[in-house]
Amino acid sequence: MLKSEHMVGVGTYLTIFFALMVLTAITTAVAYVDLGVLNVVIMLAIAVTKATMVVLWFMHLKFATRLTWLWAFGSVVFFAILVVITLSDYLTRAVLS
Amino acid sequence: MSAAPIPHGEPAGAGAARPTNYLNADYGVRSWLLTVDHKRIAVLYLVSITLFFLLGAAYAGAIRLELLTPRGDVFGDDTYNKMFTMHGIAMVFFFLIPSIPATLGNFLVPMMVGARDLAFPRINLLSWYLYMIGGLFALGAMVIGGVDTGWTFYTPFSTAYATTNVIPAAIGIFIAGFSSILTGLNFIVTIHTMRAPGLTWFRMPLFLWAHYATSLIMILGTPVVAVTILLVGLERMFGLGFFDPRLGGDPVLFQHLFWFYSHPAVYIMILPAQGVVSELVCAFSRKRVFGYAFICASSLLIAVLGFLVWGHHMFTTGQSVYAGMIFSFLSMFVAIPSAVKVFNWTATLYRGSIAWTAPMLYALGFIGLFTVGGLTGLFLSTLGTDVHLHDTYFVVAHFHYVMVGGAVMAYLGGLHYWWPKISGRLYPEAPAKISAALVFLGFNLTFFPQFVLGYMGMPRRYHVYVDEFQVLNVLSTAGATILGVGYILPLFYLIWSFRYGELAPPNPWGATGLEWQTPSPPPTENFVRTPVVTTDAYDYPHLELLPSPKEVPVG
Amino acid sequence: MAEALASAHAPDVHVLHVAHQFDDAEQQWTASTLGMWVFLAQEVLFFGGIFAVYVIYRTLYPDAFAVASNHLDVALGTFNTAVLIGSSLTMALAVHASQVGHRRALVGWILMTMLLGSVFLGVKVYEYAHKWHEHLVPGPWFQWHGEYPKQVEIFYSLYFGMTGLHALHMVVGLGIMTWLVVAARAGRFGPDYHNPVEITGLYWHFVDIVWIFLFPLLYLIGRHWHP
Repeated sequence: MLKSEHMVGVGTYLTIFFALMVLTAITTAVAYVDLGVLNVVIMLAIAVTKATMVVLWFMHLKFATRLTWLWAFGSVVFFAILVVITLSDYLTRAVLS
Repeated sequence: MSAAPIPHGEPAGAGAARPTNYLNADYGVRSWLLTVDHKRIAVLYLVSITLFFLLGAAYAGAIRLELLTPRGDVFGDDTYNKMFTMHGIAMVFFFLIPSIPATLGNFLVPMMVGARDLAFPRINLLSWYLYMIGGLFALGAMVIGGVDTGWTFYTPFSTAYATTNVIPAAIGIFIAGFSSILTGLNFIVTIHTMRAPGLTWFRMPLFLWAHYATSLIMILGTPVVAVTILLVGLERMFGLGFFDPRLGGDPVLFQHLFWFYSHPAVYIMILPAQGVVSELVCAFSRKRVFGYAFICASSLLIAVLGFLVWGHHMFTTGQSVYAGMIFSFLSMFVAIPSAVKVFNWTATLYRGSIAWTAPMLYALGFIGLFTVGGLTGLFLSTLGTDVHLHDTYFVVAHFHYVMVGGAVMAYLGGLHYWWPKISGRLYPEAPAKISAALVFLGFNLTFFPQFVLGYMGMPRRYHVYVDEFQVLNVLSTAGATILGVGYILPLFYLIWSFRYGELAPPNPWGATGLEWQTPSPPPTENFVRTPVVTTDAYDYPHLELLPSPKEVPVG
Repeated sequence: MAEALASAHAPDVHVLHVAHQFDDAEQQWTASTLGMWVFLAQEVLFFGGIFAVYVIYRTLYPDAFAVASNHLDVALGTFNTAVLIGSSLTMALAVHASQVGHRRALVGWILMTMLLGSVFLGVKVYEYAHKWHEHLVPGPWFQWHGEYPKQVEIFYSLYFGMTGLHALHMVVGLGIMTWLVVAARAGRFGPDYHNPVEITGLYWHFVDIVWIFLFPLLYLIGRHWHP
């Protein structure tokens, strides 16, 4: 193996896998309970947690350089810019058709 | 030069024996079409984008011909719509966006970092093929009847009402977008991971910083317009309702997605041009650049801020006033880093040893014209004045000042400056200076009247106008003719120089930079041994210490 | 399945292949890994564009989207999510196998990943066919007899657009894995060189992440709600 690489153990992979399964079950179950606006919040929080686990351990970001971190999360920042500013147009229009 | 045997096929009349370089290393069509050498790929791009430039120029000629008179006497309304649409598509997507990065960038980025090639040579070749395939689709769309939606493809006209060949054009642009993405990807990885020993970030030439910032935009912006074009195609084919108000959709949403890329895209066009100008200004004032770190920071700031201002294209189209105010405010900031660069170039020139070569003439022209273009952009960013100026010829003049007076002039300047390195020949200086002068004069005569026309209220994309606008339109067309001559001349003398130009030494300009440490033209592997960098980028000796001004070759 | 290679065959032949433009294997690894991350950054914005359309229309038409979402099969969606996460696990195990030089395990895990990916796609084909029969495929054949027909059609345009784009990326991934498993079988990868396995893994995990968001956003809107 090369210097820059890092080995993640099989045990870690299995742990992450089971955690992802549990979170999937939770997200489906919670969808059937009426929590008002919290439904969306919880659902997104779980999705972000699952995605973060995949990125950190399956994709080895936890052991990668800061540059890689920048590229991994930087794109999400620009996606957020697209969504937030576009949404700000729609939420501030006087009349919605 | 070494006493290598004359390579097969070289003209004996050339005199000196040419050592093996990237041009004569291998012969035959296959060796070019299957090359992975970044320099050959750059030349492939050079040829193809020149063809698209000529195509776009032909459409421009048609437009200016029509606008000589106030009536629509050359073309019907629909045909005129096709003329400006296809002018825009050819020029924006198939000329301006690739121009400097795919030709000069591909050629120089590996050499400037001291590498043998880009990080992914085969992906580089793929990017050229994607460009060609996309180009064929776009060309096909033009040949089978054209497109008339404007290069901006606004919905619901493009999705529901246009009867022209929107889908093939959209496919072509989609594919060309991935060419752009792959180019940017290659530059980013190369600059991050393949710099020669000693080449720290702050020792890199500004050309590299500019291409890095450009690549950021290519990676982050292009995919959004790609998926948007995909949605437009699907909407058109299946009658979907994303952007159609009759079906619950919003046309302004298309505009948000389109301009999210297309505004940063203009920085894809101008950042590499600014990188070229930094190189030219230093080389031809024989001085290190003023405020190097500020120019680096400005390049990155332009790339980032450029993503926050897209709504200034939409002030009058139905966007909320509050969003408009935010976009207007942010747009003021994006001008600042560009202004910093203009000040720094000017300060570099101050007390420099100026050489009035053709590339320098282009660079000086850039500084003036880019400033005018940039300032008029601020008039348009101001919400109130934009209500009057939007969709008038003022906008047309603004963007041509930055894209043609700016980007194209920088492209020509760079092409001349690095021509000896690319071709191994010197271009003839006198015709080059004449071309530069014709381009500058022709450009101003073409586009300055358009500022006045726009201010007076002439709408863009109209071929019929009121009689009092005719004089200015005639001046504009006259200018376009002169501009055309200025563009055609280099085509002739550069090709001529390939055969008959003087053989170029490794560093005809006496400039700094790793690319000038190699023979002209360079061998395929660029460097026999990986160079070690020990100095800053523009390490010119202080002028007071020089015995006499260095001579530059005169054609 | 992660047992050591006990085969009597010749030991793994993994050629330390450094491409001509790189100085050493370290630089090659750094470059190819960064290259894939940069490509994935581009993919975030590619999917991001259509996700943005989703966010806008869900904000504008929350009730229509809930009603439309209720016609998707949550059981199949959850099953598919589990399958895809499982395929991410098997892909990670494949990368691990290549890092320790277990050729048989590497081949096995890649094949398992492909199998799970194919199961996912099979379920999607079934779902799409079902939607076709229900006249919920957008276009001239779309029929909706409930409330908000135009907005429901927008939802289904997004459903097919987003899951279709995702499925396309999976097909490409399976194609890449076909090449990868052939190369793995031929012994091309080992502890000193396994870049292609790693970057295929990065790509596949990204495809998984997209689905991690698609599933709740499309299948789980307003499930608690009974109009």
